[in-house]
Order: sequence, then structure tokens, then C-alpha cells
Amino acid sequence: MRVLTTKNLFVRFGGNTVLQDITIHIDRGEILSIVGPNGSGKSTLLRALIGAVPHASGLVEIVSGQIIGYVPQRLNIDHTLPITVHRFLSLPKRQRQYDMEIALQQAGVPGVGKQQLSTLSGGQFQRVLLARALIEKPNLLLLDEATQGLDHSGSADFYRQIEQVRQELDCAIMMVSHELHTVMRTSDRVICLNHSICCEGSPDVVRVAPEYRLLFGLDDEEMFANYRHHDLIKPRFEDAI
Amino acid sequence: MFDDFIVRASLAGLGVAIAAAPLGCFIVWRRMAFFGDATAHAAILGVALSLTLSMPIFAGVLVVSLLMALTVATMSERGYAMDTLLGVLSHSSLAFGLVAVSFLSGVRLDLMAYLFGDILSVSTLDLGIIWGGAALVLILVGWRWSALLISTVNPDLACACGISPKREKIILTLSLAVVVAVAIKVVGVLLITAMLIIPAATARPFSRTPETMAIIAAIIGCGASLMGLKTSYVMDTPTGPTIVCILAVLFCVSTVFRCFHRPQQTNA
Repeated sequence: MRVLTTKNLFVRFGGNTVLQDITIHIDRGEILSIVGPNGSGKSTLLRALIGAVPHASGLVEIVSGQIIGYVPQRLNIDHTLPITVHRFLSLPKRQRQYDMEIALQQAGVPGVGKQQLSTLSGGQFQRVLLARALIEKPNLLLLDEATQGLDHSGSADFYRQIEQVRQELDCAIMMVSHELHTVMRTSDRVICLNHSICCEGSPDVVRVAPEYRLLFGLDDEEMFANYRHHDLIKPRFEDAI
Repeated sequence: MFDDFIVRASLAGLGVAIAAAPLGCFIVWRRMAFFGDATAHAAILGVALSLTLSMPIFAGVLVVSLLMALTVATMSERGYAMDTLLGVLSHSSLAFGLVAVSFLSGVRLDLMAYLFGDILSVSTLDLGIIWGGAALVLILVGWRWSALLISTVNPDLACACGISPKREKIILTLSLAVVVAVAIKVVGVLLITAMLIIPAATARPFSRTPETMAIIAAIIGCGASLMGLKTSYVMDTPTGPTIVCILAVLFCVSTVFRCFHRPQQTNA
């Protein structure tokens, strides 16, 4: 089931065209990743989808009745603002204690509800943001570099949590990420963005697309090494069967 | 009861303190202290305007402060370097205001009253304006509380919840202009920001939620107003500055308190 589509979306800041002719869609139960170099408009795309950035032209269509959960890229809580995790989850709409606990559990941080936001570690904080997005049981989850500032095992845990969330809520998940290896492993579909869409498709298709390799400066040797690696593994695997 | 000037002064102080507390919290959380200064300093231009057009001081101040606040709010979205810009706007509006007032010959004007407040001369009408303005601000901020809070935490999160951070910013700007207009009589243009920020900053170490911080700030503001009034009466000092002195002392006490309780709030 289609959850969201954009048609020929353009976004401009000042005179710069940040997003050019973006036509994408995402279906229920699908994990779609957006990859691209710094400043390629990945975050802007997500922000345009939630209405935080005005469109110069084009359409964003969200199927009616869909609930969107958004996890922002970076969030600095000013230390002059005292706020507990529960109060933060209850903004702007009051949430039931039970729902908040369920969401915190789903996000992998049960029992932090009474803590001050400013005392959480980076990983806990990202998970509280995830819990906040999950609390209304979204049909579409938008994650903007959700693992930024987490170490390898922390971000691997986080992606495992995301996978679990998808199974529990059967929602569409669209995420922006820097970590190419993780993206290729966890996504159903990948869009390679550099102001406009360079290439898109399943991870296997994008991995070998020349536009993708050019954009990330992956040389042919490495690609070749990759292939050989696959060739070596595959026959053996089949032999074993 | 309103015949006694001390009673009127006390009620005026309480009205301003209560309206300034929740708004002051937002100014602290959003790091808008300079913004408050610019809005307040522009008020002196409003005084000059009111006297020239012989309209109520309150109206002139409200209009000019609102224009100033909206100008600054718009420019901040265009990405100007804010501290420099606010420094320029804030002090030049103060200077232009002072020069403009000096042109008004024939008016015997006690400039000090507008710069530092003249709480002891509050009339019953002033009292009505102060409490009317305070009620308006409290209703506005109370009504938008959650939306303002989420916009303060993160504008994009607010957008994702269907709240326009721009609209919330305008509501804050409007409230700020109203508080400046009603507080000018009590503490004067130069000290309004102190009434906004110091109670909120003093309340911070004692609060665990935004709501308690606003309530504690209101209590601190009210206490300081009454104590300041009493002190200035006994020691024969100017009332507005005395109130701010009391606030500053309370802030120091609260800061010391926080230093002793640091271990509980690491990272804070």
C-alpha cells in the first residue's frame, strides 16, 4: 500500500536549488534509504516531507490518515530547559503513561521516563527520539541520520531496533544515512541523492551503479574485489547445499 | 483600598512579575535575551511617539515595541548575525528615542521615570492596563503552552506535529511587546529584560519540568517585587532598580545552591 509520493519536487534556498525534480514513493512495510554526500539535500528532503521547508514547486502527497513519526538529525536541548523524558514524550499532545512506557520499550530504553533529558547518553537520547516518533503508532517513520554520534555497536543495535519496529508496526521507514554498509544491508530500496536523484533501486542494483560509485569515490578495484569476493563465496555455498 | 499608593505599587509589581515569568522562561530557553533588550529599548521611541501625538503612553509603546520585535524576528529568519544586529538595533533605537524625547519642548518630562520606572506613581488606570496586559499574556502563553514548548525544543519536531513554529514565534513576539508596554511604568525600559530573565534563571536549579520553572519564576518575581518595594520605602532608594537588585541577590543564592547540588545533575 502506498504511503507517500512526491512528484517533481523542487526546493530552493535563496538562489540555490537544493532539491531538483524529486519523484519518489514509499510503500507500507518498506525500508527506503537515502544516501548521498554531505550537503546533497538528504535532510532537506525529509524536512520538505514534514512541511518544515517550503516547496518551490511540485507535490508531496501523503495518503490521508497516515501518521508520520519524525526523528530529527540533531537535537540540542538547552540546559536551561528542565524537562523529563515523560514530559518530552507528552508534547504537544498529552500521552497516556502506558503508551509512553510501551514506546520507550519498543525503542529499547525502558525505564528512563523520569530522567531529565539532559542527563541521557547520546545513544539513549536517540532512542528517546525514536520512542517519541513511535508513540502514535506511525505508518511512516522518517529518520534523519538517527545513528549520528553512536559507535559501531551502538548504531548496529539501533538498526536492529528499527528492523524490529518495522515488524511490529508494519510501517514504511524512510531513512537518511551516512553508513553505506549498514544501509546496503538493512534497506529494501536505496535512493542515491545529489540534489537530484542519481540512481535508485535495490541495494544490489545501486551498489554497482556507476553514478553511485562515482559519487562516493569508490574505485573500480574495490568493486572488482567485491565481485571476486562474491564469486568466491557463492560456489562454495552452493556446493555445501 | 486602591487609594493607597503602596497598595497600587504592590499590585502593579505583582502583575508584571506574574506576566513576565512564563515569558521570561521562553526567553531564557530560546536564548532571546538580546531580543528582549531590543524590544524594550525601542519602547523609549514609543514614549516619544505617544507624547508627540498626545496619545496614551501604553499604546505608543505597544506599537513601537511590536514593530521592533517583528523586525528583529523577520531578520533573524534571513540569517543575519544576530548579536551584532541586535546590538545595533537595540542601542540605536534607545539613542533615537532619547533624542526624539528631547525635541519635545514644553513637555516637562521626567526621563528617568521611563528609563528606570516609576512604580510609586501608578494610577488606578495604569493598574487596570497592567493587569489587563498581564491577563492577556497569561492567556496567550497558557493557551499555546505545549505548542510553544515543542517549537522551542525543536522547530522541525513541531512541524512534524502539524504546528507552525513561525506562528508560535509571532505569539511570543506579541506577548513580549505587551509585557514591555505594561512593565515600562514599573521597572522602565532599561530594566525590563532583568524582570524577564532573572526570575527564570533563578528558578532553573529548583525545577524538573518547564511548568514548575515558570511557576517558581513567578513566585520569585512576586517576592522580589514586594521585597524591593519595602526595601526602597525603608531605605529611600529608586524602586525599579531596587527590585532588580533583590532579584540579582536571589539569583546569586540560587547559583550557589546549584553548585552544591551539582553531583546530581552531571551533564547539565
